[in-house]
Amino acid sequence: MTNIPFNDTSYERFLNENKLMGSKCAQCGAVYAPPRPVCIKCHSGSMEWLEMSGKGKLSAFTCIAVGPPAMCNEGYDRNNPYCSGVVELDEGARVVARINGMNTKIPESINIGTLLKVAFLRRDEGDRVETILAFEPL
Amino acid sequence: MQRKRKLGRGVAIVGAGMSKFGMFRDRDTKDLFLEAFNEAMASVDKGMDPNDIDAIYFGNFSNDFFVHQAHWGPIISDLIGNVPKASTRTEGACASGALALREGVFAIASGFYDIVLAGGAEQLSKLPTEKVTEGLALATSPYEGKAGFTFPGVFGATASAYFKKYGANREHLMNVTIKSHNNAPLNPKAQFPQSISDVMKDKVQRAIDKGKPVPVWKDEREFLRDPLVNPVVAWPMHLFDCSPISDGGSCVIMVAEELARNFTDAPLHVIGLGQGSGSGLHAKEDLASFEATKYAAREAYELSGLRPDDVQVCEVHDCFSIAEIVHLEDLGFFAPGQGYKAVEEGLTQRDGPKPINTSGGLKCKGHPIGATGTAQIYEIWKQLRGEAGERQVPIDSLRIGAAHNLGGTGGTCTFTILERRG
Repeated sequence: MTNIPFNDTSYERFLNENKLMGSKCAQCGAVYAPPRPVCIKCHSGSMEWLEMSGKGKLSAFTCIAVGPPAMCNEGYDRNNPYCSGVVELDEGARVVARINGMNTKIPESINIGTLLKVAFLRRDEGDRVETILAFEPL
Repeated sequence: MQRKRKLGRGVAIVGAGMSKFGMFRDRDTKDLFLEAFNEAMASVDKGMDPNDIDAIYFGNFSNDFFVHQAHWGPIISDLIGNVPKASTRTEGACASGALALREGVFAIASGFYDIVLAGGAEQLSKLPTEKVTEGLALATSPYEGKAGFTFPGVFGATASAYFKKYGANREHLMNVTIKSHNNAPLNPKAQFPQSISDVMKDKVQRAIDKGKPVPVWKDEREFLRDPLVNPVVAWPMHLFDCSPISDGGSCVIMVAEELARNFTDAPLHVIGLGQGSGSGLHAKEDLASFEATKYAAREAYELSGLRPDDVQVCEVHDCFSIAEIVHLEDLGFFAPGQGYKAVEEGLTQRDGPKPINTSGGLKCKGHPIGATGTAQIYEIWKQLRGEAGERQVPIDSLRIGAAHNLGGTGGTCTFTILERRG
């Protein structure tokens, strides 16, 4: 594991294996997801891979009615908005992700603080499969 | 430990111009910038020979994408006849124009140049809306795009965090929209020079003309609550919370302070200058604040020796309604959690104690990305020199103005404080 670079390519490969991986500073213990190659608290370059439990809570969200082409292709539009949000993981790090299982037509019904668990969405990108990080209510 | 920042020598603005903002099918980046440049040259009270311009800094976010042409520095130099002198493009997403201004200030303060043209332009309306959205999304932070975030989406999430933290709601955002729309009709260069009441009358008239059922709204607020005319874009951001797609250009002419009186008896001195950087949503400490704005403000206040209360009129980057509220707090004008109340109480209206976005803001004046930074400075130039016409703020001894420019989703923020002396 130690020779796997702490970069976005590795992070995305792990997502394809249904793993939400972060990095942990070997010097001060700070945890980052997505992984960082350098600790921004103590500036140490000594990092270790750490698999996140995949549990967390909703910190912020939006329900998007006018999305980019990729989301329109998934069938989302004005009449069928999707939710994107910020999730604070139990390990303390925050990630941005799709939030499924919410009533996106009534955003007022969605509560910050809602407990969530990780889900992995597969998207076929022609010659390769892409995994989108998502969460849903626990 | 940071030492106190200082400029090597003083810098003053002696001219400013901006094109009309809007969506122009028959115009392009060059002639929009030229319109601004011509006005700026004409605004130099005692005149200036264009051959005396030492260098150009030109802010442009992504004409590479929008009109498929990069490398704008020399194009602008060629346009105004400044070849072979230096011309440099700056890019900081929506703050590209403010970065041009900063680079120009540094170039003069260092003693290298005496006279610099700084500005920006952008042309978005040549592309269909979905392509513009895709182009703008290039300036979101990594990871956000894959999570489905759009630009309005990031600010929608910011709003959700702000609402939760401070107990505000969508009704408070409407106060920002209504205020901007009240200022815009007084700005002849604004893209949408209409109050919300004007917009309502237009819609009624259009329904009558087309023989369709005539809509009825009790007041401006009820209009903004109507999903048929103000649909959700990225909750809680609705159409009237978002700045538009715009084309336009703007610029300022800056000189070394000791030369300023050769050009005008009413120069604006650049007394505060700040720029900060910020992380994406996942790495922000406070989701209801922009750390880059706070840092830029602190730097600018320190350089100027002023406090937030000293700023008498300010242009704030209201790409989305929630951004204006949060920035009012990050710039120190109001305490955290008090920004939405200040707007509700009318404190930021044109005739209030802290007039904000007298130009109509990005929402109504328009937001041609690279042009926005120096267009904000243009408004402060007009206000501090008492040349803002009908929208002139009613403050005696108006002396200090400021402009806050934000790039991307808060990745680059600047704050510039100007003083009129004499």
